[in-house]
Amino acid sequence: MNFNLHDLALLAPEDFLLGAACAILFIDLFLKQTQRAVTHWLAIAALLGTLAIVLCAPGQVQTAFNGAYIHDTVATVLKTFILGLVAVVFVFSRRYLDERKLFIGEFYTLMLFSTLGMLLLVSAGNLVMVYLGLELFALSSYALVAIHRDSGVASEAAMKYFVLGALASGLLLYGLSMIYGATGTLDLAQIRAVGGVGVNGLAQHPTLFAFGLVFVVVGIAFKFGAAPFHMWLPDVYEGSPTAVTTFIATAPKLAAFGMAYRLLESGLGTLAPHWSQMLAALAALSLVIGNLVAIAQTNIKRMLAYSTISHMGFLLLGLLNATPAGYAAAMFYAICYAIMTAAAFGVILLLARAGFEAEMIDDFKGLNQRNPWYAFIMLLAMFSLAGVPPLFGFFAKLLVLKSAIDAGFLWLAIIAIVMAIVGCFYYLRVVKVMYFDKPADTSALELPRDLPLRWVLSINGLALLVLGVLWGPLIGWCYRAFGLPG
Amino acid sequence: MTINLILFYVFSAILVLSALGVVGAKNSVHAVLLLVLCFFTTSALWLLIQAEFLAIVLVLVYVGAVMVLFLFVVMMLDIKIEPLREGFIRYLPVGVLVAAVMLAEMLLLIGVHNLQVAAPADPAGASNTAWLGMALFTQFLLPFEVAALILTVAVVAAVMLTLRKRSGARYQNPSQQVAVKASERIRIVKMPSIAKMPIAPKTEAAP
Repeated sequence: MNFNLHDLALLAPEDFLLGAACAILFIDLFLKQTQRAVTHWLAIAALLGTLAIVLCAPGQVQTAFNGAYIHDTVATVLKTFILGLVAVVFVFSRRYLDERKLFIGEFYTLMLFSTLGMLLLVSAGNLVMVYLGLELFALSSYALVAIHRDSGVASEAAMKYFVLGALASGLLLYGLSMIYGATGTLDLAQIRAVGGVGVNGLAQHPTLFAFGLVFVVVGIAFKFGAAPFHMWLPDVYEGSPTAVTTFIATAPKLAAFGMAYRLLESGLGTLAPHWSQMLAALAALSLVIGNLVAIAQTNIKRMLAYSTISHMGFLLLGLLNATPAGYAAAMFYAICYAIMTAAAFGVILLLARAGFEAEMIDDFKGLNQRNPWYAFIMLLAMFSLAGVPPLFGFFAKLLVLKSAIDAGFLWLAIIAIVMAIVGCFYYLRVVKVMYFDKPADTSALELPRDLPLRWVLSINGLALLVLGVLWGPLIGWCYRAFGLPG
Repeated sequence: MTINLILFYVFSAILVLSALGVVGAKNSVHAVLLLVLCFFTTSALWLLIQAEFLAIVLVLVYVGAVMVLFLFVVMMLDIKIEPLREGFIRYLPVGVLVAAVMLAEMLLLIGVHNLQVAAPADPAGASNTAWLGMALFTQFLLPFEVAALILTVAVVAAVMLTLRKRSGARYQNPSQQVAVKASERIRIVKMPSIAKMPIAPKTEAAP
């Protein structure tokens, strides 16, 4: 019950990030617009500093604040990639924001607070922390979507995101209250231990417990963007400034995986037979809707939104196995998805100029003639998203399919493979447009002078190739996180 | 039937009816006033389960501060509610149907009579307020701090979304105002008290 300094020491990454975010919020007030780069680099330094602290943390599982905070390898892996990806998003966004007069300190502070929410979410040890971590992350991202105040589309997207997100949070909270009512405790480990029996001599409420589970699954599906709870995703991806879309499309999916793992496995693990059926239905719907609707899109941001929905279907294939190997596969998939998507959006951000968003697939026509290198990076991203060997995405898909078959969902694995092949169509169309169509403007692409953007994007793209060959260490890390021999 | 149970039903009925009124009221000022009634009855319900501190805070904070502010905003903005209510009647049957089906399902599934509500914990005679404070600052310290962070984010977001720098607007600069010297405040112009009248040059008419 008591508070000691050891608790705060365990939270060192969060402490540091919070301090840094507040400092940046304050320092930014005294900077002129021409000095805004200071905020930019300070924010990246804050993320990298937090990353260093995360990586230096001791390996064993520890809890702090009476179990409200869990430190384990799952959290470490997820935090590492969340922090790295947000830093990459910062590098990618700078020029885009600058050209649209959105290069303001609030972008950075809100992103940092949002990241802090994600870190707390993946380390949450009780229901209250799950909810608060989620809200801290979500509230910041609603505001980020609305950052372009004069754009009607962005305001509409922000409104939809806010209303549907609030609805999802409400459903999740309702489910959590049911679980609390059934078990009499908020602590995830205790919930798992007592199951539907209840502590403090409460009567048995197995139905109430299962009833709460339904709402929790709905809440999780909303945050993942899994069909049929995917309505917000395409509009938000299309409407928000591409820099913000890049953020929403990458790191939060890792956080959502962390949330699903904490709630479903750490808390409701005893109900695994029930929830894996629900996840199977969600996965099947996401795979079908995501891949089929993506074919009809002409806007590449919208296409990537539907592609996200289908990838969330794949991710759920790993999750529904409810074994350590399944979770490891799902986590590997989430990491892989986030890195691939970051590369794809990075190319969009690179091509965008003042007054030109580069968000239609036609804008990519003949990119190979104009700039072969970045066309190649986009090719890697698209092939990897489609799951073409030997790129990164292939092995991730292989692992989740194996996990679904191990769990006895052969029909689902077949749907997944058919839909993966359907999905190849729209990914390859982008490649075809880039390599075989005539560009409207044949002059060489005017590359931005933002060298960090170009370098990090190139590294991100090549990482898909390198990790596709050398994926052993990463999957080994994921396996170790769930207590399997790496 | 104890008096507590009767009071519970009375307050609950008022709460549900006023909540429906909030959603259905044509006039937004009426909706806000009905929301105030909602909060009052909720706080009465909390009093019934001896959560005095929460009940008082609800009235003080929500009714006393938040709702009054809300009322100001609603009156100042003069929101035309009619366009917002377009389609209300059209969607009403569907909404009511879905709500009724869900309610019936939930009641069938869980069953109200099976539910036992845990008696409010009574930690060794500590008062309500003391107990709440102890729980917030020991067991739930981390969530409490994170909640504070969420409020910080809300402030940052609100300022970001609403603050607009208008060009051409005239502002006072307090630091300049403070640093002003006496010599800048007033300029003394020496003027002779009696000014000599300039003698107009004689203009003699040419002969």
